[in-house]
Amino acid sequence: MRKALIPVLTVVAALVVIWYVAAVALNSAWAYNKAGRANIELTFSDLVKDTLSQEKPRLPAPHQVGIEIWKTTVEKKITSKRSLVYHGWITLSSTLLGFAIGTSMGILLAVGIVHNRAMDMSVMPWAIASQTIPILAIAPMIIVVLNSIGIQGLLPKAIISAYLSFFPVVVGMVKGLRSPDRMELDLLKTYNATRSETFWKLRLPSSMPYLFASLKIGIAASLVGAIVGELPTGAVQGLGARLLAGSYYGQTIQIWSALLSAAVLAALLVAIINLLQQVTLKRMGMA
Amino acid sequence: MTAQSVISASNLSLTFETADGPVHALKDINLEINKGEFVSFIGPSGCGKTTFLRVAADLEHPTAGQITVNGMSPEEARKRRAYGYVFQAAGLYPWRTIGKNIRLPLEIMGISKSDQVERVKRVLKLVDLQDFEKKFPWQLSGGMQQRASIARALAFDADILLMDEPFGALDEIVRDHLNEQLLDLWKETQKTICFVTHSIPEAVYLSTKIVVMSPRPGRVSDVIDSTLPRERPLDIRESPEFIAIAHRVREGLRAGHSYD
Repeated sequence: MRKALIPVLTVVAALVVIWYVAAVALNSAWAYNKAGRANIELTFSDLVKDTLSQEKPRLPAPHQVGIEIWKTTVEKKITSKRSLVYHGWITLSSTLLGFAIGTSMGILLAVGIVHNRAMDMSVMPWAIASQTIPILAIAPMIIVVLNSIGIQGLLPKAIISAYLSFFPVVVGMVKGLRSPDRMELDLLKTYNATRSETFWKLRLPSSMPYLFASLKIGIAASLVGAIVGELPTGAVQGLGARLLAGSYYGQTIQIWSALLSAAVLAALLVAIINLLQQVTLKRMGMA
Repeated sequence: MTAQSVISASNLSLTFETADGPVHALKDINLEINKGEFVSFIGPSGCGKTTFLRVAADLEHPTAGQITVNGMSPEEARKRRAYGYVFQAAGLYPWRTIGKNIRLPLEIMGISKSDQVERVKRVLKLVDLQDFEKKFPWQLSGGMQQRASIARALAFDADILLMDEPFGALDEIVRDHLNEQLLDLWKETQKTICFVTHSIPEAVYLSTKIVVMSPRPGRVSDVIDSTLPRERPLDIRESPEFIAIAHRVREGLRAGHSYD
């Protein structure tokens, strides 16, 4: 853990430096524009100072985003509509619900595919086709259709999350459930084991490493789904709403702080799955 | 012959249909294996020795001829758990301890918990792994893993033990040791053992009967009843009797090859 810290911090530091340089470069046009109209000659230090403190910069500087996040998390009440924690929770709850639905669907489909030849032939092409449709196109449809039958709020967003997260789980679990080799299957045959015994005692435990790899992709996809699902709902609440509202009003700092929060949230979720994986595989004697 | 026949094959053939045409894995095999025998199958690769074992275990189906195991069809025998099968690799589940691996067949066969505990203890002792019940497979050497897999095959008290090159992947020193242990185990349990190998000394050292096979099509080219006594210290391998039998096996193998 400690060994990983130095390289990680180095990369982060490098990114911050690049970010600052880019902020100065990208925001300089507006700074020169302002100075030109006021007939002022800009020195380099003035330029840097201006580009890093604009109200609606093209690219906000890291500290601006940091201050915005601080203000909208620590300094705001959680119940406030301007609190990122509030919006983050909205997004997180539909992410988790969608992830749960998607993972269960994915595992069930994988079990079906592995045990039933008809499903094996028919389901996989559809699963693949489902992922070729741009989620941005289908998300509003899901929201509208569900709204027309009276389903609103958390569930439609969760379904979009599930739509994105079931796929990696299906693919991973099919591979995992099929990972036992001929010899391992023959061994159980010599014991005259039933299909369900083969599943519980061999296929399922064998699939665990594959499952966790899929879950990591699935939860990140779930978060993306939840954010995308928040866009067509009229940008009322959630990180997606913050992104959309920010872009309506040119609030780049707000956009970037929402973006960064979403990224941190995703990293945390993946880290939790990672921890779960380590604990599980360790208990199974596989790590 | 008053001995009770355990595995009996008559005109047994198995042809695999492949893209390159039919492959005769077994052709007109006639063989009697009696209770309590230790039978080795030896021959070059592709001679059908493993296939014969798999047919007896109902893992492959013959295309012609008859085979019975304990007087039943192989499928019935498998369903009655008449045999334990030891594969080339130990095939222990990495997520189960050695003890739990040995319990696997017992769980599937619905043997009571207390009986399971007692059986695991007993078979671990047979293969000299008493202290490793709580260890995971990766904590054991290859030879120990293979012993654990033999213990697993012994745990449910099948009368027949089918072993498919169980020591093929092990070095010679470990193999010698395991061969000695296997003979002890055979004497103690009085099981009928079918043992596939491609090592002549191993076959001669272990067996009461050696079945020499030749490839394409897989046939039995010689069946040798060993004249060696049942009590076999390792240095019996330097005795003239041993060398004479080994010579006959080698002749049988050579005859099979010249046919090719």
